[in-house]
Amino acid sequence: MAKFQLKVNGKALNVDADPTTPVLWVLRDHLDLVGTKFGCGVGSCGACTIHLNGRALKSCQLPVSAVGTQEITTIEGLAAAGDHPVQKAWLELDVAQCGYCQTGQIMAAASLLKSKPKPTDEDIDNFMSGNICRCGTYTRIKAAIKKASETSN
Amino acid sequence: MENSNNTYDRRSFLKISSLSGGGLMIGFSWLANLMPNEAMAAEVAAAPEGVLLTGFIKITPDNKITLFSPNPEFGTNVMTSLPMLIAEELEVDFNAVVVEQGDYDTPRFKNQFTGGSNAMNQAWIPLRTAGATARQMLLQAAANQWNVPVTELKASKGSISHASGKSASYGALASEAAKLTAPSNVPLKKMADFTLIGTPQKNKVGKDIVAGHSLFTMDYKHPGMLIAMVIHPPAFGLELKSFNATEALKMPGIKDVFSFEVYKDSYERAGFDTRAFNKLIAVVGNSTWEVMNARKKVVAEWSPIQTKKEMVAAWGRKKEETIPGGLESTDQHLKQMQEMQQKPARLLRKDGNPEEAFAKAKKVLERTYTAPFLAHNPMEPISCFAHITAEKAFFVAPIQIPEFMKQNLIANLDLKDGQIEMKLARMGGGFGRRAYGHYIVEAGHISKKMNAPVKLIYTREDDLTNGIYRPSYMITYRAAIDENNNVTAIAVKGGGIPEGAIHENRFPAGAFDNYIAEGWEIPSNITIGAFRAPGSNFNASAEQSFLDELAETIGKDPLDYRIELLKRAKANPVGKRNEYNADRYIGVLELVKEKSNWIAKNSKNSKRGVAAYFCHNSYAAHVVDVSIKDGQPVVENVVSALDCGFVVNPEGAKNMVEGAVVDGIGNALYGNLKFDKGATVQKNLNNYRIIRHREAPKKIEVHFVKSEVSPTGLGEPPFPPVFAALANALYKATGKRLYNQPFINEL
Repeated sequence: MAKFQLKVNGKALNVDADPTTPVLWVLRDHLDLVGTKFGCGVGSCGACTIHLNGRALKSCQLPVSAVGTQEITTIEGLAAAGDHPVQKAWLELDVAQCGYCQTGQIMAAASLLKSKPKPTDEDIDNFMSGNICRCGTYTRIKAAIKKASETSN
Repeated sequence: MENSNNTYDRRSFLKISSLSGGGLMIGFSWLANLMPNEAMAAEVAAAPEGVLLTGFIKITPDNKITLFSPNPEFGTNVMTSLPMLIAEELEVDFNAVVVEQGDYDTPRFKNQFTGGSNAMNQAWIPLRTAGATARQMLLQAAANQWNVPVTELKASKGSISHASGKSASYGALASEAAKLTAPSNVPLKKMADFTLIGTPQKNKVGKDIVAGHSLFTMDYKHPGMLIAMVIHPPAFGLELKSFNATEALKMPGIKDVFSFEVYKDSYERAGFDTRAFNKLIAVVGNSTWEVMNARKKVVAEWSPIQTKKEMVAAWGRKKEETIPGGLESTDQHLKQMQEMQQKPARLLRKDGNPEEAFAKAKKVLERTYTAPFLAHNPMEPISCFAHITAEKAFFVAPIQIPEFMKQNLIANLDLKDGQIEMKLARMGGGFGRRAYGHYIVEAGHISKKMNAPVKLIYTREDDLTNGIYRPSYMITYRAAIDENNNVTAIAVKGGGIPEGAIHENRFPAGAFDNYIAEGWEIPSNITIGAFRAPGSNFNASAEQSFLDELAETIGKDPLDYRIELLKRAKANPVGKRNEYNADRYIGVLELVKEKSNWIAKNSKNSKRGVAAYFCHNSYAAHVVDVSIKDGQPVVENVVSALDCGFVVNPEGAKNMVEGAVVDGIGNALYGNLKFDKGATVQKNLNNYRIIRHREAPKKIEVHFVKSEVSPTGLGEPPFPPVFAALANALYKATGKRLYNQPFINEL
């Protein structure tokens, strides 16, 4: 075990964990932030997507010891009231079915829009293909990203 | 009012009622049961801040109205569409009501079964009756208070008013209403009078989902909760011989490592009690990562199982199931299936004289179709929370049919009736996988042994290698064609491992004078179960691909040929057991023909295919347009037509169909679970391929047949015909007919 101070959603939080613990499990088990989901543990599904210094990253592949002073943002910190333009677009287009992957999808989409405010279909396909939705809501996700791109700029 | 119109609804209704051999009763004594029972009365007394009207509606004096959604939710949107039924008749503003997931309490809610595309169909009358009955009680309470005839009162948007100007909120009347005897035979609204049902409503839980709130079993926390994982044999056909946990127990945060048996030897399994392995090793500790690491240190020895027989009491009868020893492989499965196709098989149905028609045929078209095992892979891996104490057994469980778990939990965890309490957490996907709740029993055993609250977690690998899979199938279709290019007979023969897919009484049975269907099964130690439209998902694929090729062989348009056959089946149905309504089948084909502008046939850049199917009481047809880019298939457009009776929530219904289209394309192209020496070759999502954003259709258009028939389900029906519509389109694009799934391997 080792002690770490992490910057999560703008707060400094102390964690006592095995240095190899993936940030996914630090968030879920140690910090009670369960919006970041466990899907595969091998970086193949994107359910665990967070932002590290503002960029989308699969938290199951990031050991807590590698975080240092970098800033972690989780779905809980994306917008305090849950009203980020991407979240609003998701609600407007009624995207979710089971909902389990959607926080990861939203984190990925928010990161995409930050780097590419007006993404093309191809941009969306390329950026979002690391995030699986087993219910198959892909066409709605794409439409919601476009909707958010109209409202957030 | 609406008519139920067909016998198929009724038939599956009765089937559901007698599932499991257990005690599930659906819908028969609704009115008699709408009065609060003793437990509910106690709840009322204990909660002066609110009262229950029927088991489904809670009203507080400040007019906060809570509707309980009875059925478990795994993404089919029942937590929105079912409360809509109550709200419509109750006369409340749907945006103002709160929806809560009901706990497991089937005596109170009567039906808590989400599966078989039955939730909406089963709830249609009961939940509206609950809403109408409560409204009537509120009206009566106001009539009593104001001393006016109840017929002079109007209920609207959560309050009751009288022409005199008097009005009162439901909240102000609820406690008086709760004292009244529930009236029976309260009339329900006519469809034409609906103001909520039939309008698009957004997911009631949407905000919690996008905010990442704790909704799922995986997210559940409890003071003192331990994390548990299990170790199961590395292959089907193996069982635990011995293990050494010395090193694992030295790992930080680890509390215990022990083995346990999921079901007792004496336990007679019911229909949904399938489990892959009965003896497991549990590793229990403080946190997920610690348990994951310690689990790797357990050294286990495995031994081959011997062929055995187990009695299963399922579907209202008992049968003996053979579980063969041996380590199975996909290559061996294919050989076994090919051999079975050469042997005599069990006759499922025969009309006329197919042998003579084939003997006289000028030409015979014969095609064989295969499909591999599939894994459900719900996004949320399997999990369950259990806290067993001397007094009660508390679970937070992701389970599609909680009632079916009752006798299992009582028998295998030595519980008493009445001790089980179960919260039904939102499920991160189901697709049939979470109808099999062995993990609830496993979590219960671990909690008992640890004498502590425990959350059992499967990793993705655990779920993929310890699954309840979609079987592997093979079907051969044959058509006898005479000198005038008329099809004179159809023969279908096939089976699966360990269960077949043929539905012998479905179309095209009924459309041909000479027809024969034969089936077989190959026993296997690989565990299988329901997977989104079980059987249908492959049967439709084979049948609808074959009809397409048959139409081409005899020089007919594939869409028009289907309609021609259905018209024949309608005018002169052959046989008496046909399980489809030809008119409704034709209806979806006509609609998809119109909306896809089928006559235009192939657009410049893409080629199109059509398929239709009926299952789980609803009708679906799709036209799929594809193109090939850099050697890879691109689905340009999908037009879908559905007849699921009256559409309760068009928004949710469209979403469901879009999802089924994507899921169908994904499984048809990529879904593939192979076996080698008893173990799955694919062990995680890095090699088990699930459709991704860039492979999804660019556009999906969904249309519904306007209907006043009672609503039927949508979870399954749009899924099966996607496979063949895609295959038929890919044929047009590549010139190559596709017979073996996953199609990507054949392109």
